[in-house]
Amino acid sequence: MNTIQIKNITKKYKDVTALDNVSFSFEQGKIYGLLGRNGAGKSTLINIIANRIFPDSGEVLIDGINARENMAVHEKIHCMSEQDLYNTSLKVKEHFKWMNRFYDCFDIEKAYSIAEKFNLNTNKKFKQLSKGYQSIFKLTVAIALNVPYLIFDEPVLGLDANHRELFYNILLNDYEENPRTIIFATHLIEEVANIIEDVVIIDSGKLLLQDSVENLLEKGYCVSGVSAEVDRFCTGKNLIGEDVLGGMKLAYILGEREELPQNSNLQITNMNLQKLFVKLTEKGGI
Amino acid sequence: MKINQNTDKPIFIQIAEQLEDSIFTGVFPEETKIPSTNEISALLNINPHTVLKGMNMLVDEEIIYKKRGLGMYVKEGAVNKIRHKRQGQFYKQYISALIEEACKLQMTKEDVINLIERGFKDEYNSN
Repeated sequence: MNTIQIKNITKKYKDVTALDNVSFSFEQGKIYGLLGRNGAGKSTLINIIANRIFPDSGEVLIDGINARENMAVHEKIHCMSEQDLYNTSLKVKEHFKWMNRFYDCFDIEKAYSIAEKFNLNTNKKFKQLSKGYQSIFKLTVAIALNVPYLIFDEPVLGLDANHRELFYNILLNDYEENPRTIIFATHLIEEVANIIEDVVIIDSGKLLLQDSVENLLEKGYCVSGVSAEVDRFCTGKNLIGEDVLGGMKLAYILGEREELPQNSNLQITNMNLQKLFVKLTEKGGI
Repeated sequence: MKINQNTDKPIFIQIAEQLEDSIFTGVFPEETKIPSTNEISALLNINPHTVLKGMNMLVDEEIIYKKRGLGMYVKEGAVNKIRHKRQGQFYKQYISALIEEACKLQMTKEDVINLIERGFKDEYNSN
């Protein structure tokens, strides 16, 4: 069974419930966006999947294997995150050498070739690298590890626009040759909107929805026009938010699209992923 | 090729339309190879499955075909096929919209015909 199965995961920090009975799965070979507002529980979830912290209850199965304190899982999953878990006084090339010793699945040639594309100086120590190049080093290691599950937690922090483009470019090229499950946890939704195939939204420690981006964009739409007419159209529909501009109203709806009534002056427009996300998670922020 | 984020058109349809347009205008002649899903996906930073979905639309319409192990090729007769298809869509896409707008503006049939004739004249003069 080639999936990451998350089963009834609950995690509490003192009296704060970070994750509340979350269950879903990531299928093999897809690129996912794991979205959620600050404090929604994304990083907690990722750290549990990557075997860095443990849930209070529930379990994570990676290809059917329980991830908890299981060394075998490290050849299956890698998580690139903001925290620096590397020895900062080792040179980049020494890191490559040791990664190669420790992991069967580390492709050292790939690592050097990616480093070259980014102009990453492999003779420098980790701590001598700029913030951006520290991220680049971590991305390089992540892509060079041929694990079937790759998680990126805010991968492009500190990267300039050119390096971000290059990263997506290298990742997609690698994905085409070597399809695997890639999970992006990021706040830069528009940047990954075209790259991800499926989206998982976590809100206040709970799974809000999981769907393909295509389906979600098809279901989410905005109706605008005179307030009274918009309200009439919206009755019985799943309203996720609204904006008012004088006598005009914009209503955001999630659900099957319906033809506008004859002679209607209403307008229907699509929403992009970011807008949809904002509307879906807005209430949680108040 | 360029993806427009601000339109209501799904991205895979935009890919199909742009490839079709490039084939029609001769950027990719018949019986030549078109870029791979990989190339397009990396160029535009789009999920390869989305690109493939767009390409498959053109495969279904028999505009391109897959040569095993080599990639996607433009089919012989593709340009003609696209021309026929677009001629078929011409009424719905342009004429209905034109007449609807003309009626809104209270223009007569003669006004519209005169404008069309003027348009053709300008087009010939500019060529």
